[in-house]
Amino acid sequence: MNALVVVPTTTWYLMLSAVLFTIGTVGVLVRRNPLVMFMCIELMLNAVNLTFVTLGRRLNDINGQAIVFFVLVVAAAEVVVGLGIIVAIMRRRSGITVDDLAELKG
Amino acid sequence: MELFVFVCATAMIIVGALGVVLRKHPVHAALSLVLTLFGIAVLFVAQHAEFLAAVQVIVYAGAIVVLFLFVIMLLGVDQVENLKTEPLAGQRWVAGVVGVSLLGLLAAAIYTGADSVLSRGEGIASNVAGDNPDANIQQLATSIFSDYVVAFEVTSILLVVAVVGTVLLSRRRTAGKP
Repeated sequence: MNALVVVPTTTWYLMLSAVLFTIGTVGVLVRRNPLVMFMCIELMLNAVNLTFVTLGRRLNDINGQAIVFFVLVVAAAEVVVGLGIIVAIMRRRSGITVDDLAELKG
Repeated sequence: MELFVFVCATAMIIVGALGVVLRKHPVHAALSLVLTLFGIAVLFVAQHAEFLAAVQVIVYAGAIVVLFLFVIMLLGVDQVENLKTEPLAGQRWVAGVVGVSLLGLLAAAIYTGADSVLSRGEGIASNVAGDNPDANIQQLATSIFSDYVVAFEVTSILLVVAVVGTVLLSRRRTAGKP
């Protein structure tokens, strides 16, 4: 391979996943629609998955990918339960934002 | 070549992520999420994680986003959210500060610590250089079904619990029963 060709290093991938995680965090903090907040949580999970795969490749270790497999399954379960809760709440009171859900506040 | 793939996938991921955060319409946000997920899948392929790329497309883009879209349509919450008004005073500002400081923290951690992560665990070594995609699936299967078989079974229990719980949660209450 030509020595002048720039190959993306591990650091590039890690920086990309850091940026993605930050965008997801800011999205959770800024948006008020519960569905969009869920999507931002998915962004954060994907950033972590990218980190796992990158470091698994760097260390020549398949465990990084095995962990990502479990993260995918848990993310699927989390989305199913979370959307079930949102459906159950929204059926009573439609057009709600997360700021309106303050019944449990002491 | 890998640089070209990386740049294209990075553009997809960043544009999609910003779309999730900034688009007013929830359906548009969900479709931007699909763009991000495909970008991540491309990067998985570029890093020789072919099985995970396929699972990513099937599970995330195929199942989770479709579930999001179903819920958006079902609840009729697809009205445009007004992003101009700020429900809590100073929230955007604080979120910006938190985002910038988190990014700085992560970047500092990566630049100081990424090269010190050198010790391999005890898992199965993946000889990714020049491997055929079948080897990736075989190594992953060997790892999951030998080292992590207990976790795998617990995961199946988790999925069953999640499905049953969701059916109970979203069941329409009949008049007589509580």
